[in-house]
Amino acid sequence: MLGIIRQAAIIFGCLAIGELIVYVTHVKLPSCIIGMLLLTFFLKMKWIKVSWVKDISKFFMKTLPFYFVPAGVAVMLYFDLILSSLWSILIAALGSTVVVLVVTGWVHQQMRSRSKKEVKTKNVAV
Amino acid sequence: MDTFFQNEIVVVAFTVGVYFLAQLLQEKSKIIILNPILITIMIIILCLTAFNIDYEVYHRGSRYIDFFLKPAVVALGVPLYKQLKKIKKQMISIVVSQLAGCIAGVVSVVLIAKMLGASKEIIFSLAPKSVTTPIAIEVSKTIGGIPALTASVVIVVGIFGAIFGYSIMNLMKVNNPIAQGLSMGNAAHAVGTSKSMEISPNFGAMSSIGLILNGIFTAILAPYILKLMEIWIEF
Repeated sequence: MLGIIRQAAIIFGCLAIGELIVYVTHVKLPSCIIGMLLLTFFLKMKWIKVSWVKDISKFFMKTLPFYFVPAGVAVMLYFDLILSSLWSILIAALGSTVVVLVVTGWVHQQMRSRSKKEVKTKNVAV
Repeated sequence: MDTFFQNEIVVVAFTVGVYFLAQLLQEKSKIIILNPILITIMIIILCLTAFNIDYEVYHRGSRYIDFFLKPAVVALGVPLYKQLKKIKKQMISIVVSQLAGCIAGVVSVVLIAKMLGASKEIIFSLAPKSVTTPIAIEVSKTIGGIPALTASVVIVVGIFGAIFGYSIMNLMKVNNPIAQGLSMGNAAHAVGTSKSMEISPNFGAMSSIGLILNGIFTAILAPYILKLMEIWIEF
């Protein structure tokens, strides 16, 4: 039982620190992102053991999609607005998705082939 | 029906129940377009409209579900920590390509929407569309978009990416498996990542790196990218 409470305390603790940072610094970053980075940092520094948060994170990963159902239902409030520019929304979102897929992939391939070439020339030099 | 839905427990039970059925439907049919979130949202909206229940009434109960969005994002820190070693091995190529994808995503969606004459609040709602929904919702709130519109667009983008992503990349000569996995996570977040998981755990791991990094980059950069673009474009 202690374990479960500890898991929850760590997650909500990181989130609360995130909230505090946003409150104090007015940084334009969601508190949960700061909390996530803090948790990663604490794990990296070995201040928190993975086993302390393993179960709760597995639970949250599996149920994650469920938590944004309410946010999606709220779309009913904006039906008129969406219908009035349905096509621009769809074309912009889907067109941009193609751009992201291609740009990310191309840049990654370019960088990889460049670093491989460098390794090769280094080997030749040696 | 309206008074029944005043009870928060009823709203939570109803939402969980519909979601469970929608998940069952996808598991049995294995059709990507029958995304459980999309189906659940549509069924709930249909029910609320049919019984003439105000969104406000539903929201009084559903905010208890909303509440878990933030701690769930914090929990993403654990998979991020587990991927750190993989990221470190090819730090520069991963970070640079993710950054390029993040900036290309925000800039292109804003430009296309602006050219098609969308209003300011719609454009701002679209800006974080490539990021996983919980992060996109928070970003949308921060930059002044409509979180609900963002959430719906994000889900549509994810399904589109999962269905057509790999064929688009093959067509455009993005052939390297690592690049494909990363791009998928970057462009189509969790839905794309689950598609990558189907292909192989390695694709899945790369996609989840893309998903998390793009989430972080978009959260940090989107407000500034928009501010920069505002110098050139009047929204």
